[in-house]
Amino acid sequence: MSELSPTPEYSLDDNAFREQNPMAEFLRMERMPHIWCPGCGIGTVVTSFAEAIKAGGYDMDKIAVVSGIGCTGRVAGYVKFDSFHTTHGRAIPFATGLKLANPELKVVVISGDGDLTSIGGNHLIHAARRNMDMTVICVNNFTYGMTGGQVTPTTPTSANASTTPYGNTEPAFSLPFLVDAAGATYVARWTSLHARNITKSIGEAMKHRGFSFIEVISPCTTLYQRRNRLGDGVSAMEYYREDGEIQHGADTRTVDIGYQGKIAMGKFVDRPRDTYLDAVVKHLTSVIGDDYELYGKTPMEKKAEEEARKSAAGKGESADICEDGC
Amino acid sequence: MAEFPKIVSADPKGVLTGRHFMDGDHALAEGALAAGCRFFAGYPITPSTETAERFAERCPEVGGLFIQMEDEIASITANVGAVWGGKKVMTVTSGPGFSLMMETFGLAAMMEVPMVIADVQRGGPSTGLPTLTAQQDMMQVRWGSHGDYRIIALVPDSPQECFDLAVEAFNLSEIYRVPVFIMTDETVGHMHEKVVIPPAEEIKVVERNWYTGPKEEYRPYKFDGKHGAPMVKAGDGYRFHSTGLTHDERGYPALTAEDNKKLLTHLIQKIDNNADKIIRVEESGLEDADIVVVSYGITSRIAIRAVQVAREQGLKVGFLRLITVWPFCENKIRELAGRVKAIVVPELNYGQIVLEVERAAAGKCKVISVNSCGGAVHDPEEILTAIMEGAK
Ligand SMILES: Cc1ncc(C[n+]2csc(CCOP(=O)(O)OP(=O)(O)O)c2C)c(N)n1
Ligand code: SF4
Ligand SMILES: [Mg+2]
Repeated sequence: MSELSPTPEYSLDDNAFREQNPMAEFLRMERMPHIWCPGCGIGTVVTSFAEAIKAGGYDMDKIAVVSGIGCTGRVAGYVKFDSFHTTHGRAIPFATGLKLANPELKVVVISGDGDLTSIGGNHLIHAARRNMDMTVICVNNFTYGMTGGQVTPTTPTSANASTTPYGNTEPAFSLPFLVDAAGATYVARWTSLHARNITKSIGEAMKHRGFSFIEVISPCTTLYQRRNRLGDGVSAMEYYREDGEIQHGADTRTVDIGYQGKIAMGKFVDRPRDTYLDAVVKHLTSVIGDDYELYGKTPMEKKAEEEARKSAAGKGESADICEDGC
Repeated sequence: MAEFPKIVSADPKGVLTGRHFMDGDHALAEGALAAGCRFFAGYPITPSTETAERFAERCPEVGGLFIQMEDEIASITANVGAVWGGKKVMTVTSGPGFSLMMETFGLAAMMEVPMVIADVQRGGPSTGLPTLTAQQDMMQVRWGSHGDYRIIALVPDSPQECFDLAVEAFNLSEIYRVPVFIMTDETVGHMHEKVVIPPAEEIKVVERNWYTGPKEEYRPYKFDGKHGAPMVKAGDGYRFHSTGLTHDERGYPALTAEDNKKLLTHLIQKIDNNADKIIRVEESGLEDADIVVVSYGITSRIAIRAVQVAREQGLKVGFLRLITVWPFCENKIRELAGRVKAIVVPELNYGQIVLEVERAAAGKCKVISVNSCGGAVHDPEEILTAIMEGAK
């Protein structure tokens, strides 16, 4: 929520509403109302994310959400998973450490275009290159929402932003092309109008082993839309409906977005490749031998287990003896 | 409540028991492994690289993981993430990398993450003297990240102490849920000496203070000004939140001056109130000293030579080596200042810790700085001259 936006007028502190809300399972309802402006697309992404998890039947205790800083960065604070709100641009390296330390986690990064592609751009390409097993959802609203509508690396050329008051002269990153070139193994793009497609893509991305990236073009109604006189959230939906074009499998070199231009959408990349950790474990096993074990049990843990097994065996001897084929 | 701190013997898998001829950088890595560190995200920089290389080589043998990240910001942030993934973590760097890590040190302090960072100091500012020694980051480690917070910083004077203090740093970080820094330097880092690594059962390791109570009652933070709440790791089913924003004990953003006061007071008091327990110094001849030399790290090994010569000349010179530089031993200095003529502070910077000494001495005795621009250790003569001046 930018300093420019009005305080949202909600009356959601009705406990009954909170408990009955179908999202209550996924959201920290005690933190509602959220800070996002009316018409903002971030909420749609959160809903689609929750739907994807519901549909995927995941163990919700094993999902971790990591965000950077920004309006989108606030997502981590609202979702009811192990969730981390880190520093600006650093969600991906944080998520990298989290995933590598506890490989059984499904790690999902949800953050903004500025966060992931400007200050955090270096981390983005390296995580893609390594095929780090995580899902990155980038809410691209073409602007820095949180700080009041400045230009970002994804702002289309000629668009107006508070730090390009005469129009943006720089070319924009085409994110699918960027992450594809860097090595991402799953890449999709939708707009916030296409909630069901986002849900489906998030589901696929979370099942995918490796670095999956989903860009969601989304309106910042308060800043980007207003400053460029593009109307409200409804106008943004009209634009997405008219100019969004499904092009599954499109060559990512062709999917850049000009100012109010066509938006190519769909799944662009889905290819298998060893994840970072798969490659490490495979290689070390081949070099060191079969007794290589990542975070293998410590000798003390093994001893404790051994003892526990012995004492359990002492209690239920008969079962053990039979299993041994007596 | 569960036993706290829970002290166990080191896991033998990570302990290279024996007598070694080893440099300080390698000893740091061995100390970390002995302390149970199993994750290390790092980025190469002289003169710290050997620690990362050692870790990379040793990791597979102990089931740990080393990853070379794209830069120091990524390294330190991955380490913070890995702590929440349940691991004990360390990284090493030097000046330029240390500067890059600053923002995340604040995050680590704010999230109350136990972790260890070693700065093998080299001459600065900027790229400075990549291969030459210095102690110029002593204030940076204390104040370098924005905002108010506390950290712990230890300074080894030998490869042996690199090993010993690495274990101690991990233990302190687990007890106080705070980033702990090992402020070594190029000379200690590259100096080869005897390093004795004891048998695993003689190495005492503080285990993470794992939470074991009911899930509904779990709070990631406790602003008690003591040592903070027990921890869980992501994936344990607590579904908790942690943020760099000012937060409440649930970890939820709480953004008023009042909330900030509760949080900050805790971050500060858990170190300040335990300073006496944390601080370690080595001292000799303080009882009847007229002059005291206060030093730390490699400089103390030069200073001790000057102290010996001065004593041979009949001067009553005491020697105080700071093993813990932060929190600062201000009570000790205050007490000394009340009864000695002068305190001499040699250090490989233009006068950093001497400022703390002056603050604590509060004008009660002379404080003489023997500063340096780094690049080489002192000549004992310089320190001797300062001792003589103090004796006047
Ligand atoms: C190191 C650092 N620099 C700058 C900021 C200020 N800042 C906060 S959010 C933000 C931009 C966020 O933009 P984006 O990632 O696109 O998220 P949005 O708000 O648009 O969702 C900036 C520059 C910061 N918090 N930290
Ligand atoms: S991105 Fe724009 S519309 Fe959305 S909450 Fe931020 S300022 Fe409001
Ligand atoms: Mg944005």
